[in-house]
Amino acid sequence: MPLWILGLIFLVIKLAAVLLVLLLGAAYLVYFERRLLGFMQVRLGPNRAGPLGLLQPLADTVKLLLKEDFVPQGADRVIFRYAPAVVAAMALLIFAVVPFGRGWTYDGKPIPLVICDLNVGVLFVIALTSISVYGVALGGWASNNKYSLLGGIRAAAQMISYEIALGLALIPVVMLAGSFSLVDITEAQTPFPFILLQPVAFVIFFISGLAEMKRIPFDLPEAENELVAGYHTEYSGMRFGLYFIGEYVSMIILGSLVAVFFLGGWRGPYLPPILWFIIKVGVSVFALIWFRATFPRLRYDQLMHFGWKVLIPLALFNIIVTGGVMLAVS
Amino acid sequence: MGFIRAVQGLSEALAVVLRHLFRRPVTEEYPEYKRPLPVRSRARIILTRDPDGDERCVACFLCSAVCPVTCISMAGAEREDGRRWAPWFRINFARCIFCGFCEEACPTLAIQLTPDFETCTYDILPLVAEKEDLLVDHGGKNHDYNFYRHAGVTTLGAKGTHINEAPPVDLKSNLP
Repeated sequence: MPLWILGLIFLVIKLAAVLLVLLLGAAYLVYFERRLLGFMQVRLGPNRAGPLGLLQPLADTVKLLLKEDFVPQGADRVIFRYAPAVVAAMALLIFAVVPFGRGWTYDGKPIPLVICDLNVGVLFVIALTSISVYGVALGGWASNNKYSLLGGIRAAAQMISYEIALGLALIPVVMLAGSFSLVDITEAQTPFPFILLQPVAFVIFFISGLAEMKRIPFDLPEAENELVAGYHTEYSGMRFGLYFIGEYVSMIILGSLVAVFFLGGWRGPYLPPILWFIIKVGVSVFALIWFRATFPRLRYDQLMHFGWKVLIPLALFNIIVTGGVMLAVS
Repeated sequence: MGFIRAVQGLSEALAVVLRHLFRRPVTEEYPEYKRPLPVRSRARIILTRDPDGDERCVACFLCSAVCPVTCISMAGAEREDGRRWAPWFRINFARCIFCGFCEEACPTLAIQLTPDFETCTYDILPLVAEKEDLLVDHGGKNHDYNFYRHAGVTTLGAKGTHINEAPPVDLKSNLP
């Protein structure tokens, strides 16, 4: 069998596996978040649909599919239909460059456990997070609703502000690894993961990621008690489900990015690499849910102040210090 | 510095929530565990009997008059021994708001509300309860009161022998 067909088969298998795991993971992440939030609030989460409530995502999916599918009067029909898809698609696409395990070998030929080892992986990630701003802003605008528009504009402004800090926090990581490729970054974390060498960058990256995904404490654009439901007020049924899936997939993506950039990716002593990766993603996701259970949300001006006047100067300073130390050491 | 205190504050909040994660949840899961309700909980209505086994309801229409949603209706009639009773008595549970006014208004403690709230049904018409559905064989929340011993009774004995009646005081003696 020619080599390229074998490669194609493995690629398709990898794609199918990653998509399946991500989508199932996002669906069950909704369940786990509700359960964990419940336990953190000294109550039980959903436990009625199936044993321990494990069929809850199925019940939610069926409910969303059976809802009336309407487009508000005066809304821009095309954009209204496609805005949620942008958010979900970008979230799924980011995973294409994330390495989730050490490469395997089959018959002497290496099978990298990453869908596409781009040598500008970091730029790809940041570009896709920028495009997902479109989904939110267009969703808010296409709803023909003042509250949605306000929510969409606020969300867009928040996301682009924190994207700068996100990118700037990644620059020291790239400096230390010497490459933009996520596979190289993972392999460069050999004695210590980068969180020990770049704690400030880790904190900035995590906080900026929280703000990118509009999670608490930065969830004013979709705050239920502030703006009705913000930019997704007018969405119902599976379109709303798509926004939701996009948000939960991006939680998993943030976990994977934190794992790859700062926690050493799939590296770890005894367990198989994929298991280490899953553990690290799980820890990040747990931290996200923990933060949601704990913190109140930032007011919009506090949010923007924090992004522009605190995180960006701190990230820039971190880059200068890192550069200086690297120069001094070499 | 403010920064250190800010981080301390945030960490304390996170620690509190993490402690709560490991506490037993306080949720009482309903059909498996049914919390015992106080006796005075206002749910399904019953018509009770007095200690002698006779129906307490005298069809005085007080409950029907006080009902805010007019869900009680009945007819009044007199038996051969002079005692009033209700040949039919109907409560429309689709309208009943379980306020308990009828229970407060009833002079004979006939109509009472019980803590039995699990009366859901898919059809509305079976919610209209007739007297056969409401009448029970016991005294409900009060097993001793018999209206006809207190009122509407010709006193046949000497003074001081009726229920709750004190014996007469001898005005001509010095004893208290």
